[in-house]
Amino acid sequence: MMFRRRRLACQEVVELVTEYLDGAMEPARRARFERHLAGCDGCTAYLEQFRTTLTVVGRLDVGDVPAPAMAELLAAFRHWADDRGDG
Amino acid sequence: MTDDDGAVVAALRRGDEAAFASLIDRYQSSLLRLAMAYVATREQAEDVVQETWLGVLNGIDRFEGRSSLKTWIFRILVNRAKTKGVREHRSVPFSDLVADGEEAEASVDPARFRAGAWSAPPASWEGIPEDRLLSAETRAVVEDAIAALPDGQRAVITLRDVRGFTAPETVEVLGITEANQRVLLHRARSKVRARLEEYLGSAERSTV
Repeated sequence: MMFRRRRLACQEVVELVTEYLDGAMEPARRARFERHLAGCDGCTAYLEQFRTTLTVVGRLDVGDVPAPAMAELLAAFRHWADDRGDG
Repeated sequence: MTDDDGAVVAALRRGDEAAFASLIDRYQSSLLRLAMAYVATREQAEDVVQETWLGVLNGIDRFEGRSSLKTWIFRILVNRAKTKGVREHRSVPFSDLVADGEEAEASVDPARFRAGAWSAPPASWEGIPEDRLLSAETRAVVEDAIAALPDGQRAVITLRDVRGFTAPETVEVLGITEANQRVLLHRARSKVRARLEEYLGSAERSTV
């Protein structure tokens, strides 16, 4: 998308959030983006919601490995290691 | 090869069981999560992960360290998962992973804008207590939202945001372009945000 020298609309801003958070925006566009945020409560709230969402996603339980699965894998490992020893 | 990777690889080659157990502990759940983006059932995902670890052991002598050990392991998983997904006739073919990203899709319901500006702007979440945001119930809503995503979006958000892979690592694991990765990530995050907004909004209303 080519952004010429005009203001960004809110509907465009919401499509650019990931690019912005990834630090992948070239400076001129970033400046326009931040200028929009400075004057727009709606988009500021949207960005904040987006960030909060990422915080929750980042805290999802990764979970422990159940004992049977682990035992099975270690048995496979021992088998593999033994086979190598014979080689 | 990094020193850390080098140490782990050497330990595995020596038959060091503790090293293998530690590797499993570190990646098992994430591998399972990622496998679930490609196959239909948890059981199939578990099979894929078991096959992956066997693949790791069988390939460890040939591992040269051109990529990190982590991305190498996850790439093995993706290859196994894609094969299994196809074999078990998963209804959504892998090619859709790439197609998703070529069609335009709005991140926010267009009805919330008028002439490009917010007509129904989002509320501030500042007033919501942190322990409500990070509660098991909220996390469950987010888990469900992620589980409902199309494959490609689910895979990318799992790697990037649940697991903290960088963009280059994600691109390497999934074999997609950086641009495609960003589109998929954006769509995934947008959908999860929308679901969370719906949940928190309804939760607020119910306390009145």
